[in-house]
Amino acid sequence: MAEASQLIQHIESFVNLSSSPTHQSQLQAASLDVIASLLKKNVLTIETLVREMGMYLTTTDDVIRARGILLLGELLTHLASKPLDDATIHSMLAFFTDRLADWKALRGALVGCLALLRRKSSGGVITTNDAKAVAQSYIQNLQVQSLAQHDRKLCFELLECLLQRYPDAVVSLGEDLLYAICEAIDGEKDPHCLMLTFHIVEVAAELFSDDLLANFASDLFEILGCYFPIHFTHSKAEDFDVKRDDLSRALMAAFSSTSLFEPFAIPLLLEKLSSSLQSAKVDSLKYLSHCTVKYGADRIEKHAKAMWSSIKDAIYSSHEPTLSFASESLDGVGFRDNVILTESLNLLDTVFKQNSGLFLSWIIGDEDINLIFKSISSYKTYKEISLQSKQKLHAVGSILSVSAKASPAACNSVMESFFPCLMHALGLSVGNSTQDCFPNDGNVLRGKLNHGALYLCIELMTACRELMASSEEFKSVAAPANERWYCLLRSYAASLAKALRSTLETSANEDSYETNVYFGVKGLLILGTFRGGSLIISNSIFENILLTFTSIIISEFENTLLWKLALKALVHIGSFIDRFNESEKALSYMDVVIEKIVSLASSHDFSMPFPLKLEAISEIGATGRNYLLKIVQGLEEAVCANLYEVLVHGNPKSAEVVVQLLECYSNKGRQRPFPASVPYQSIYKLANCWMHEIGGFEEVLLRFSVNIWNLIEKSVTFRSQVHEKGLLDATMKAMKLAVGSCSVESQNIVFQKAFTVLSLGTYFPLEDAASNIPIQLNEFQLTQETSISSSREAWICSLFASVIIAARPQTHIPNVRLVIRLFMTTLLKGNVPAAQALGSMVNKLGLKSNGTEVHGNCTFEEAMDIIFDSKLWSFNDSVTLRSNGGLENGSSIGLTDICRGATNIRSLQVHAIAGLAWIGKGLLMRGHEKVKDITMTFIECLLSNSKLGSFSLEQESVVKYAADAFKILMGDSEDCLSRKLHATIRPLYKQRFYSTIMPILQSLIIKSNSSFSRSILCRACAHIISDTPLIVVLNDAKTVIPILMDGLSILSNDVSDKDIVYSLLLVLSGILTDKNGKTIGQEAVIECAHIIIDHIIKLISYPHMMLVRETAIQCLVAMSRLPHARIYPMRRQVLQAVSRALDDPKRAVRQEAVRCRQAWASTASRSLYF
Amino acid sequence: MVSGLINANPVVYEKKERRARSASSCVNDEDIKDPEHPYSLEELKVITEDAIEVDDERSYVRVTFTPTVEHCSMATVIGLCLRVKLMRSLPPRFKVDIMVAPGTHATEAAVNKQLNDKERVAAALENPNLVDMVDECLAPTFD
Repeated sequence: MAEASQLIQHIESFVNLSSSPTHQSQLQAASLDVIASLLKKNVLTIETLVREMGMYLTTTDDVIRARGILLLGELLTHLASKPLDDATIHSMLAFFTDRLADWKALRGALVGCLALLRRKSSGGVITTNDAKAVAQSYIQNLQVQSLAQHDRKLCFELLECLLQRYPDAVVSLGEDLLYAICEAIDGEKDPHCLMLTFHIVEVAAELFSDDLLANFASDLFEILGCYFPIHFTHSKAEDFDVKRDDLSRALMAAFSSTSLFEPFAIPLLLEKLSSSLQSAKVDSLKYLSHCTVKYGADRIEKHAKAMWSSIKDAIYSSHEPTLSFASESLDGVGFRDNVILTESLNLLDTVFKQNSGLFLSWIIGDEDINLIFKSISSYKTYKEISLQSKQKLHAVGSILSVSAKASPAACNSVMESFFPCLMHALGLSVGNSTQDCFPNDGNVLRGKLNHGALYLCIELMTACRELMASSEEFKSVAAPANERWYCLLRSYAASLAKALRSTLETSANEDSYETNVYFGVKGLLILGTFRGGSLIISNSIFENILLTFTSIIISEFENTLLWKLALKALVHIGSFIDRFNESEKALSYMDVVIEKIVSLASSHDFSMPFPLKLEAISEIGATGRNYLLKIVQGLEEAVCANLYEVLVHGNPKSAEVVVQLLECYSNKGRQRPFPASVPYQSIYKLANCWMHEIGGFEEVLLRFSVNIWNLIEKSVTFRSQVHEKGLLDATMKAMKLAVGSCSVESQNIVFQKAFTVLSLGTYFPLEDAASNIPIQLNEFQLTQETSISSSREAWICSLFASVIIAARPQTHIPNVRLVIRLFMTTLLKGNVPAAQALGSMVNKLGLKSNGTEVHGNCTFEEAMDIIFDSKLWSFNDSVTLRSNGGLENGSSIGLTDICRGATNIRSLQVHAIAGLAWIGKGLLMRGHEKVKDITMTFIECLLSNSKLGSFSLEQESVVKYAADAFKILMGDSEDCLSRKLHATIRPLYKQRFYSTIMPILQSLIIKSNSSFSRSILCRACAHIISDTPLIVVLNDAKTVIPILMDGLSILSNDVSDKDIVYSLLLVLSGILTDKNGKTIGQEAVIECAHIIIDHIIKLISYPHMMLVRETAIQCLVAMSRLPHARIYPMRRQVLQAVSRALDDPKRAVRQEAVRCRQAWASTASRSLYF
Repeated sequence: MVSGLINANPVVYEKKERRARSASSCVNDEDIKDPEHPYSLEELKVITEDAIEVDDERSYVRVTFTPTVEHCSMATVIGLCLRVKLMRSLPPRFKVDIMVAPGTHATEAAVNKQLNDKERVAAALENPNLVDMVDECLAPTFD
C-alpha cells in the first residue's frame, strides 16, 4: 500500500501545475522517471497504473485530464522497448485514438498514439485495424492548422509514421486521407513542420496510385508551389537547427515525388529561372535537373524547347567575360565558384543525356552558335574580341563541350559539324601523320592562330578526352577506331600539335603573349593526355610535346608564366600516365622528361636559379613512384660524383666553372657556391617523400649511405680546401637522415661498410686501443688539436659518428670497445660529433647482451667501464700536471679527471666537459643513475675556483663552459638523441633531473661566498630552469623566482647570453600568466612582487634583443593584475620606466608599452599625472 | 543634456587598410570611438591618416580632425580623447597640437584654444564624468 500512496504522490506531482515553472519541470521529469522505472521493473503493471490514474484520465477538469493523459503517453514513450501483451496495446491504442477527439487534452493523446505506433515489432504489434482506426480518428477529429506549433509537429509526425509504417492500413482510406493531408499541410509556416510536410507529400505520392493522385495533384502542388524558392526571412539562422538547404532538398524530393506534378512544376521552375534572385536561379536549375530524371523523357519532351532556350540564356548570362590565364586553371574548368554556371551545365548535361537527338539538332542548328562561329574568324587575337562576344564565345564553348561529352554518338555529330570549320579558321589542313610531324618550318604559322577558334577547339578536344577517359568501351584499344570523331581528331592531330607548338614561341613583349602561351600549353597538354596509347596521338607527337615542355623548363626559366605553365603541364601528364598505366607513354616520359630533369640537377650550369631547379625536380618527382625513384637515384649519383670531385680534385671544373660560380654567388647571393650542396638540398627536400614511403625507398637510402662510404674509401688523398665546414655538415646531416630512416638490417650493412673504411684508415691506432695501453698524449698532438691533422680522417670520423648517432637501438655495432676508445680520443680534440656519438651509444646499448656472445659485442656495463674507469691517456713529461688534481697512479688519467682539471691545458678540459655532457645526456635520457656522478663532476668544476682562490681569465671560461654543460644535458637537440634518431627516452626525465639537482644547486648558492661562483651557479640553474616543463617549475615557484631574478640580472650583462635571458624571461612570464597553478605560483609572485618588478624594469631597456624587451613589458602587464595593495607602491616606478619604452625603436615594443602604461595607470585614478 | 543625437545619421566610411609602417613614432587613433556613435573616428572620417603630421626629430605632432557636422558640440570631447590617447601613447618629449580642420566648425577658434590649453585640459581631466566618457571612447584602442 505504501507503494500505491507513493505512486499517487508521483502522479500528483506530475499533474499538479501550481508550483513555479522551473522547479516544476524538474520535479515532473523526476516523477516521470520514477514511475517509468517502476513499470520497467514490473513492480507496477500498466493495468494497475491505469486503474490508479482513472480519476485523472476522466475528470472533467480539462487541465488535470490533459496532464493525466500526457503522463500516460510519456510513460508509453519510455517503455518503447519493453514487451507488452497485445490486449494492453490494443486497449491503450483504442483509448488514445478515442482521445484524439478531445481537443482540450490533445497533446497526451498524440504522444500516446505516436509512442504505440512507433513500437518495435518485437514487443507487441499494432494490428492493421488499429492503425486504420487511428487514421480515421485523425481524419475526423484533427484540425491541424488550428493547433499550436508543437502540437502541429506531433500531428505531422503521427501522419508520417502512419504513412511510412502502416501503408496497408492507410491506403484503403484513399481519397479521405489525401484530402486530410491537403488540409493539414495547407499554410504551414514553421520550418520543422515544413520538413515533415514535405516528407509526408513525398511518401504519400509513392504510396497512392496515380489514378487517385491525379485528382489531388493540382491541389497538392498548389500548396507546395508556394514554398518555392525557399526563402528565409528570419535572419538568425541559429534559431533553427533546420537550414535553408535542408528545406530546399526536402522540397525538391517532394516536387519530384510523382510525375503527375510535371504540368505544374516545370512551368513554375522555368519561370523562376528568369528571376533576378541568385538563390532562386540556382534552386530552379537544381530542381529542374532533379525533376528531369524523375519525370522521365516522355513528360519532359514537351517542355524541351522551352528548357533549351532557358538554359541557353542562363549559360550566356552567367559566364565571366574574361578567362584567367593563371597556371591554376590549366586543368580545371576555371569557373568553379560560379554556381549558376555549374548548375546550368549540369542541367544541360542531364537533359541532353535524356533526349540527345532533339537537343543535338537544336545545338547544331542554333543561330547564335552559328553566328559565333562566323564571327570568330574576324578577330585575330583574344583581346580584340568584345566583352559581349567573349561571354558568348565561352558559353558556346561550354555548351559544345557538355554535348560532346555526353555520348560517342553526340560527340560524332558535334565534332563533324564544328571541328572542320574550326580547323579551317585556324588555317590547318589534314596532316599526314606518317611523316615526321615537326619539320622546322613552324615559322609560317607563327602568331597567326585565331584565338577564338583555338579556344573552341581546345574545349572540344577536352570534351573528347574526357569522353574517352570516362566511357567503358574505350578501354579496349580497337573500339574508338570506328568512331568518326576519332578519325577527325587523328587526322588533324599532327598539324594541330605543330601549330600549338609554334604559339609557344612568341616573345613575352608581344601583345597577346599570355593568351598564346596559355592556349598553347593547354592544347598540348590535352593532346598529351589522351588515353589509349598511341591511338590518336602517335608516339612521335607525344615525345615531341614532352620535349617542348622539357626544353621550356630547362631554358625558358626567365619567362615565368610559360615556365610555370609548362611545369604544371608536365606534372599533369606525369600523374595522368601514372593513374591510367599508360606503359608506352611512361617509357617516353622517363626517357625524355626524367632524364633531362635529373641531368638538370647534377649539371654545373648555374645560369638557372637553384630554387627553380628544385621546384621542377620536386614537382615532377612527386607525380609517380618510379619517377621519384629514378630522380632520387640520379641525384644520388650526382651527389657522389660532385663530392668525389670536390674531395679529390679540389675544385671540380677549371676556370670556366669558377667564373660561373662566382657570378652566381655575387648575383643571387642565396645559393651556396658548392656544387655538392646543390644535390644535397634537393635530397633534403625529397626526404619528406622518403619518410612517407620508407618501404620502397629504403634501398635507395641504403645505397646512398653505402655509396658515400665507398666514395670516401676511394678518395685516398683529400685536398686541403675540402676543409669547408658547410660541406661536411651537410653531408653529415644527409647521412643521419638516410641512416636514421633505414631498418635494422640495412643499418647493419651500413655499419659493416663504415667500419671497414674506418679500420683501413692509417691514422687510428685501433690495435693499440684494443690492448689496454693508455694513449700517449704528447704535447705535439695537443697543440694541433684544433686543426685536425688530416681532413680525410676528420671526414671519416665525423661521418662514422653520424652513422652511430642515427643507429637504432637494436642495430649491432661492430667492435664497440674499439669504437668507444676511438671516440674517446677524438673527443679530446674537440670533435663534437664524436662526443654525440658516445652519448648516443650509451643511450642505446642494451643492458645485458642477449643470446650468444658475438665477438666484439659489448654490453652497456662494459661500455660504461671503458668510458669512466679506464685510464686512457698518459702524458709525457713535457705536460705539466697539476699537483692537486685527483691523480692516483702517476701519469694515467681518465675522462672525469681531465674535467676536474687534472691537466693544466684548458682547452683539453673544455673538450672533456663537452664530451662528458653528451655522455651524460645519453644516460639522463635513458634514466641511468650514473648521470649523478657526471653532474657532480660538473658541480665540482663549478666550484673549483672557490677552492683555489685565484683564477685566470682562461679558467673562468672553463667554469662557464661547465655551467653551460647543463644546457647540453637538458636541452633538446636536432643533431643527436632526438626521437627521429631513435633515442631511448624515459618519460619525465627532465622533471626527475630537475627535482634531484635543483635542491643541491640551491643550497650551494646559499652557501657560496664569492660573487663569481654565485653567478656561475645561477647560470647553471638558468639552463636547467629554462628547459624544464613549466608545470614543474610552477610547483616550487617560491624558491625558483629568486634564482630566476639573480639569473636575469647576472646574465643580462653579456650579449652572448641573450638567448638564455629570453628563455628565462619566458619561464617568468609563464609563471605570471599561469591560470591553473594560481594558488602556488601567484602566492610566490605576490610575495616577491617588488623584486620581480625591480628586475624586469631593468630589462625594459635591454639593448641586445627586441623580444626580451617586449616580453619584459608583457610581464609587467601581467603583474598589474596582482592585488592592488601589493602593487600600488610600485606604480610610479613602473610608469616612469614604461614611459621610456614609449620611445623604443621597435614598434612592437612601443605598442606593448602603451598597453602596459594603460594597465598600470588604471590601477589607481586614471589621471595622467602620476 | 541634449535630447536626441546631434548628427543622427552619420555617413560611415570604410576603414583604410593600414600601410606598413616605418620605424618612426606611431600614432594610432584610428580605433577611438565616436562619443555619439558606435563607429570609430576613422570610420566616420573625423580623422584620416593624412591629417596627422608627425615630426619625430623635432618631437612634434599635429593632428587635424574634422567634426562630422559644423556645430558639433562633441568636437571638444573628440579633441580631448585624441589628446589623452596621444598623452598615453607617446613619449613625453612630444609636443602635441590638436586642431579642428579650418572651416569645418562654427566655433573653430574657441575649440582650438580650449584643446591646446594645458590648464583647461588638466581641469577637464579632473572632472570624473568627462574622464569616464573619454575612457569609454578609448577602451577599444587598448584591446
